Amino acid sequence: MSRTDDSPRTDGGTVSDFDAVANEQVGAADRRREWVEEHLLAPGRVLWSDWRARIAVTVLTGYLLMGTVAWVSAAEWGPTIVPRPSPNQGPALVGAFRTLEFPLGTTFSGHSILSQVVHATPAMLKMIGAGAVFTVVVGATLGTVAGYKGGRVDDVVMTLVDVALTIPGLPLIIVLAGALTDSLQGNPYVIGVLLSINAWAGLSRAVRSQVLTLRGAEYVEASRVMGLGTGTVLRRDVLPNLMPYVTMNFVKQARAVIYGSVGLYFLGVLPYNAVNWGVMMNNANSQAGAVSSPAAFHWLAVPMVTVILLSLSLTLLAQSGDRLFNPRVRARHVSHTSDAPAGVNVDRDGTDRTDDEPPGADPEPDPARREEP
Amino acid sequence: MRYIVRRVAQSVFTVFAVVSLSFGIVRLLPGGPADYLRAQLLQQGGSLTQSQINQRIAAQTNVNVGEPLYVQYVDYMVNVLQGDFGRSIWYDDSVASILGKAIPWTVFIMACALLLAFVVGITLGAFMAYREGSSTDYVGTAVSLVTNSTPDFIVGLVALTFLGYRFGLFPTTGHYASEVTPGLNLPFVVSVVHHGTLPILAISLYSFGGWAMDMRANSIRVLGEDYLRVARLRGLPERRIALRYVARNAILPMYTGLLIAIGFVFGGAIIIERIFGYPGLGYYLIGAIDARDYPLMMGGFIVICVAVTIGVLIADLTYGIVDPRAGGGDRESY
Repeated sequence: MSRTDDSPRTDGGTVSDFDAVANEQVGAADRRREWVEEHLLAPGRVLWSDWRARIAVTVLTGYLLMGTVAWVSAAEWGPTIVPRPSPNQGPALVGAFRTLEFPLGTTFSGHSILSQVVHATPAMLKMIGAGAVFTVVVGATLGTVAGYKGGRVDDVVMTLVDVALTIPGLPLIIVLAGALTDSLQGNPYVIGVLLSINAWAGLSRAVRSQVLTLRGAEYVEASRVMGLGTGTVLRRDVLPNLMPYVTMNFVKQARAVIYGSVGLYFLGVLPYNAVNWGVMMNNANSQAGAVSSPAAFHWLAVPMVTVILLSLSLTLLAQSGDRLFNPRVRARHVSHTSDAPAGVNVDRDGTDRTDDEPPGADPEPDPARREEP
Repeated sequence: MRYIVRRVAQSVFTVFAVVSLSFGIVRLLPGGPADYLRAQLLQQGGSLTQSQINQRIAAQTNVNVGEPLYVQYVDYMVNVLQGDFGRSIWYDDSVASILGKAIPWTVFIMACALLLAFVVGITLGAFMAYREGSSTDYVGTAVSLVTNSTPDFIVGLVALTFLGYRFGLFPTTGHYASEVTPGLNLPFVVSVVHHGTLPILAISLYSFGGWAMDMRANSIRVLGEDYLRVARLRGLPERRIALRYVARNAILPMYTGLLIAIGFVFGGAIIIERIFGYPGLGYYLIGAIDARDYPLMMGGFIVICVAVTIGVLIADLTYGIVDPRAGGGDRESY
């Protein structure tokens, strides 16, 4: 920040602080740049500095790429990079890593397993996304409303939450899937939501208690006194503090959707209309007895490894995720504060926090947002 | 005291909600069981009258669709609360007796798996915390993360493939060999353990990593506390510090998690039970869905939910006894 000679503060302050006017305008472009720096680049750098997150992001990018390849290959307009799986693409039950044409082998009826795995990805990603978004939106909304409004609304929502928390998820999903077999039609979005049917409850409870403490915070009260509407206060002052919970729950639920969907597809409980990793495992087992016959084991193993890798990368992401919301760690990575003197100390255990202590509850104001003197 | 009353009332309400929900699923869900059976019967032939169709549906879903809705609802509630879940179509037996026979098996494998995973998990977690940053810690963390990211049914399938079929070390289906007589005799016990090993192994291998990571984090936090420095300065033996000071305080926050896990025991093994053909609650629940055996399906669901509700209630009510700091307050565990 440059101070010109006519600045009233250079001559010892003959003008009171209240009369001082900022002599530098922050333009829209600056603000945009700052926003990008603070919300995208800094978190990205924090994540990248952690080996767990590096692995996780790399693997997840691979899955997104796989989904894109499948999407392009299946589209009319795109080149066919990986052909759609079809019967008699090759001989029956070629083992994995035997031929270049079928790198992962073939099924009992000659489908290429690589094609199946790749073409199952888009539906899987849609399912995961739908389930995680549903959980986060419903959980955060109910929790925020209950905590902020209080009173009767709070009582009703919390009773609902308690019931939803107690009902075991998997049996409920199984029963609903069993009762709805004919109306589900294998739509990945609907199935994703179904698999998350009561997962929002835990999040809304955490969000509510967070909102309860925030509601009394001075800056929230200040916004209220200034006459800002409830919506504005919630959006500007409350929601940013909830991001740690929301992000963690997003990742957790993504993992839960993978478990549930693959498990239930494997058991044949969920309806499907396209290839799917769980369905592949089911077919391997029921058509070729992959569990008992060594010749077909690769058919079972490939989707298994696919599922494990995806869920492992999500686990790693969740593990490293709370660093993202640790203000001290993040401050080190925001470039415009990096030249600050040793005032921002690096705490040792900040690099390795795995407990579920809510990082957002840190009473210290976020140094990344502090203005430069 | 007020807290206990409130908490019990809440559990009763939960059970009530679960039974209402299952009535809703059977009767009101568009495309649900009642609709499905009606469509099937109408398709089969025009010779059936409306009341005959209703009778058939009543026999298969435990709900008499001929009556007004509120009468159906009250009937259903009264029946279920008396323990009458109707008759299974597939097994032609009362649902209550099928489930009654299944419960002990589910409890057996889940209790063993939970205990095994918990003990292994906290031991490993404590070791990792004590040697934080060492290679033990890194290997332990990696193993915990990988096993915790591998769904239990995948572990189960791999175990079944290799230990069950390939090497023939363990039986691949059932809960005990057909030639032994149930009772307290050695062959029976051996057979039960032999059949239970793989399911128990699959579930505990998946879940111990979570306990280990929790224990590691808790122990590291406790190791940084001032009272530990005091204990060391007093010259207390390291063994006593490790067990009395660190382990106790690190396990405490996991107590509710453990009890809630006990509560969820009944619903936790569904996929595993099906894979191993192990006749517990989950086995019948999935079987009922395959066979469209609605009374058995809803009965299984209600039994699992009620068991979980009771488990969570006990967890909440006893937490105050285990951790006196939380005693009596309006504290809830989750």
